[in-house]
Amino acid sequence: MPGISRKTTIALAASASIALLATACTGRPDSGASDDASKETTVTFWHAWSAPSEVKAVKDLVAGFEKAHPNIHVHVVGNMTDDKMNQALRTGGAKAPDVISSFTTNSVGKFCSSGALVDLDPFFEKSGIDPRKTFPKAMNEYTRFEGNRCAVPLLGDAYGLYYNKTAFKKAGITAPPKTWSEFERDAEKLTIPQGDTYKQLGFMPNYHGWETTTEHYLGQFSPTYFDKDGKSNVAKDPAFEAAFKLQKKLVDALGGYRKLETYRSGLGDEWGPKHPFHTGQVAMQLDGEWRLGMALDAKPKFDIGVAPLPVPDDQADQYGKGYITGTIAGIAATSKKQNAAWELVKYMTTNTDAVVNFSNAIHNVPSTLAALKSPKLTYDPRFKTFLEIAANPDSTTAPASVNGGVYLTTIQQFGYDYESGKATDLKAGLKKTAAQIDTDIAQAK
Amino acid sequence: MSTYTLRAKHRRSTLRTLAFLSPWLIGFTVFFAYPLVSTVYFSFMRYDGFRPPVWTGTKNWTYVFEHYPLFWPALRNTLWLVVIMVTLRVAFGLGVGLLITKIKTATGVFRTLFYLPYLAPPVAATMAFAFLLNPGTGPVNSLLEKTGLPAPGWFNDPSWSKPALTLLALWGIGDLMVIFMAALLDVPKEQYEAAQLDGATPWQRFRYVTLPNISPIVVFAVVTGVIQTMQYYTQPLIAGKVASGVIQGAGTLFEPGYPDKSTLTLPQLVYNLGFQRFDYGSACVVALVLFALSMAFTALLMRRKGGLIQAGER
Repeated sequence: MPGISRKTTIALAASASIALLATACTGRPDSGASDDASKETTVTFWHAWSAPSEVKAVKDLVAGFEKAHPNIHVHVVGNMTDDKMNQALRTGGAKAPDVISSFTTNSVGKFCSSGALVDLDPFFEKSGIDPRKTFPKAMNEYTRFEGNRCAVPLLGDAYGLYYNKTAFKKAGITAPPKTWSEFERDAEKLTIPQGDTYKQLGFMPNYHGWETTTEHYLGQFSPTYFDKDGKSNVAKDPAFEAAFKLQKKLVDALGGYRKLETYRSGLGDEWGPKHPFHTGQVAMQLDGEWRLGMALDAKPKFDIGVAPLPVPDDQADQYGKGYITGTIAGIAATSKKQNAAWELVKYMTTNTDAVVNFSNAIHNVPSTLAALKSPKLTYDPRFKTFLEIAANPDSTTAPASVNGGVYLTTIQQFGYDYESGKATDLKAGLKKTAAQIDTDIAQAK
Repeated sequence: MSTYTLRAKHRRSTLRTLAFLSPWLIGFTVFFAYPLVSTVYFSFMRYDGFRPPVWTGTKNWTYVFEHYPLFWPALRNTLWLVVIMVTLRVAFGLGVGLLITKIKTATGVFRTLFYLPYLAPPVAATMAFAFLLNPGTGPVNSLLEKTGLPAPGWFNDPSWSKPALTLLALWGIGDLMVIFMAALLDVPKEQYEAAQLDGATPWQRFRYVTLPNISPIVVFAVVTGVIQTMQYYTQPLIAGKVASGVIQGAGTLFEPGYPDKSTLTLPQLVYNLGFQRFDYGSACVVALVLFALSMAFTALLMRRKGGLIQAGER
């Protein structure tokens, strides 16, 4: 092959690199709320639900709205991931959503601070609705950021404890644990080893055990994530140290990180019928209210018990609280039909009957105080535990941040290092984590 | 001929040339020059896609290199994959190609067997590997345990996750095998006959006859392999997600790089920073690092002396 000149080499190298560059930034049109909601119009609604029963529930919800507002038609688009929504909110366009509904609260801070979703306070005011009197405290918190309410709760998620009543009976445990000390004792009693693995594990404490994320554990310790100056409180609030210590203690007591991780890797997935709680492979499970329906559908060979998650021993009086999050709804800043969009959002999130019916169909916790108390709410008696957790004033959530859920991921990353033994100095690790959170926030501002 | 006529003729000629070149020129401008210039431009801006971009100087560069904890692990992983995975892929592809050209019977069956895995969609193939290599229930570890061999944690162990990805890449070697087979069958037979007459051993025939003849194809395989590996996104992401048990749902967090950041690659960071953290500026910095790396690798492989292609080799 003939020699290749330097110029050719550079040209070839440059051409070879073309595919690596992927950036094309687009602008977005100005927003405005000058539309007449009493005129014939169509709004586009993007949501994330995908299961047939859920999609039907959304259709019924929208049908109820269209009946009440015959002039406003709703074009519903389901199964939309957060990534797709983020992209559509950035770019706008004729097919972009007017109303979005997302499963996560993680993006609320970014959406509020960047103006991707419109501030809904003026709309609430105009409609004479006080959000503080309408939604539970924690839900009120996670739908706003620095005075801007850019989102509304649309059904909530409350986290509690599922337990295998049959296994409890066999182990001689008469009631679900109320404190973490009791929990640890029960988890050990419920663990039945089998060779190098387990016949039954009392609890899967690893942070990769699906819903056993750092923030869900932390919810039971009522942490303050940020101080009044907006700086990370991770190294200062003792709740963080206590939560990490507790989880590590559980990991060590139940077999150690590696053994648990190997066991976990062979378990069924979180959303499938072979979830380890359904199959009896783990006896206790930290999970959201949706697990009850999924577990019952799987027809397990044991009785399912439901209770709030334990609390730290020195907070026994707060037993009953839990971590709260949920689905949110908002109006795109790029929407040209914001008044009509508000009518849809208002109906879906504040009309008690609509919220109750939707909650009955989806099996999530209702997101208004009125709906939580509604006699029309139909549920398995065990579901009441989650309604009580949602209404509990001590229940907690993770606050919105300017860079979304990045601070939670950073805490979680430290959690992985700490549980696996890669990081051993807890205090130093928390300090480093706090510094990283502050740096990430400064970068996003 | 007047000056005016000459000038008009010259202009017509220039326009004709440009017209012929226009498809390439348009493609180059739209798909290369503009993205490159805007990537450089946005790497100095704070831009989240919602608010107008704001000049921040070198803030994004400092952030990525000094404060973004995922950058260095991702760079190390990407370099590991470029060096190890590409080398093994080329060596394995060439080996399989050589073997199949030597086989006398059932050639079609073997060719099909080695080519078929290449047709598997990357997501499905990765999920199948995650199932096969599951340390708790996977058939591979069951077999290893039965034979008394140590059973690794594969995608669940940071020291085995990249070798597991390499195995997956070697399994899908079909594309390279076909290219190498075509090149190997193209080597003039008389050169082998002459070498054999001179008493050359099989290794010497491979070293002094086969290799020089197929060296452009080896370069092609290495360069395209480097580019593919620089863009390696789907397989490590899926493997990490499946092995970590995190299937994106309500409240679950995006967790790139499971276990212990070992499957994190630079393209994942571009996505993570740009489309999940809303930080286009820093994403552009990582994209430029990828660009510079691919330039450097390609230049290294194609330089006149010491590279894979050397002047006067053929």
